Amino acid sequence: MRRINEFSMDFLAKSNNEGFARSVVGVFASQLDPTVDEIADIKTAVSEAVTNCVVHAYSGKKYQNGENKIHIHCVLFDCGIEITIEDYGRGIENVELARQAMYTTSPDTERSGLGFTIMESFTDKMDVVSRPDEGTKITMLKLIKNLQ
Amino acid sequence: MKFGLAHTGNTLIVRIAGELDHHYTDEIRYRIDSEIMKPYVHNVVFDFNKLTFMDSSGIGMIVGRYKKVKAVGGSIYIMCSNKTVKKILEISGVFQFAKICDDINDAV
Repeated sequence: MRRINEFSMDFLAKSNNEGFARSVVGVFASQLDPTVDEIADIKTAVSEAVTNCVVHAYSGKKYQNGENKIHIHCVLFDCGIEITIEDYGRGIENVELARQAMYTTSPDTERSGLGFTIMESFTDKMDVVSRPDEGTKITMLKLIKNLQ
Repeated sequence: MKFGLAHTGNTLIVRIAGELDHHYTDEIRYRIDSEIMKPYVHNVVFDFNKLTFMDSSGIGMIVGRYKKVKAVGGSIYIMCSNKTVKKILEISGVFQFAKICDDINDAV
């Protein structure tokens, strides 16, 4: 895999940044000339990951000196895009359980429990690393068909 | 995101255009629920024909409304022409309880 380009950004974990984050990653990924469907898959996966940070990672508690931040790092390779989305919030105690479809810690707020399922189905590879009270890091790889 | 409500008989039509994510679902949920509470509303039609994006927050919103109309014997109908939005609806299993329709007349 040859590295072509990369970028990083930090932003506050606010729900109005969900649309901003997925648009930025979508525009960056467009350098690889993906199809409209591939861009839509990337934007959906990013939206799920960022929503998890806003809804779960920083809920009810202030972390990082009161600044609840999300870090995104994207690398364009000659075969696709690797997207890393990291928060510094509460972390996930049982990652295996959280990755299961329909599992949610917030059933009262009508969360569907499908975030990880959608990230997994819309990308080609997804890794989750999490430590309680330290944060969660999601890495997703989306291969672009016309580059294979 | 653009949002509009309309009534036809005992059916509430919910039109959502643009991008639907977690940022908007709370407000939409509140506005739909205050209509569903009215005794003459039984069915809900979600018109997603002008929706360009939806993530799992939208699924949670649809499932929540399904539980409410089911309690009064009503149904959920979805109109959707966007391929990616349809893919999310399919993966999440929404079509196990919601009926897909091409035209508002199929639902009312």
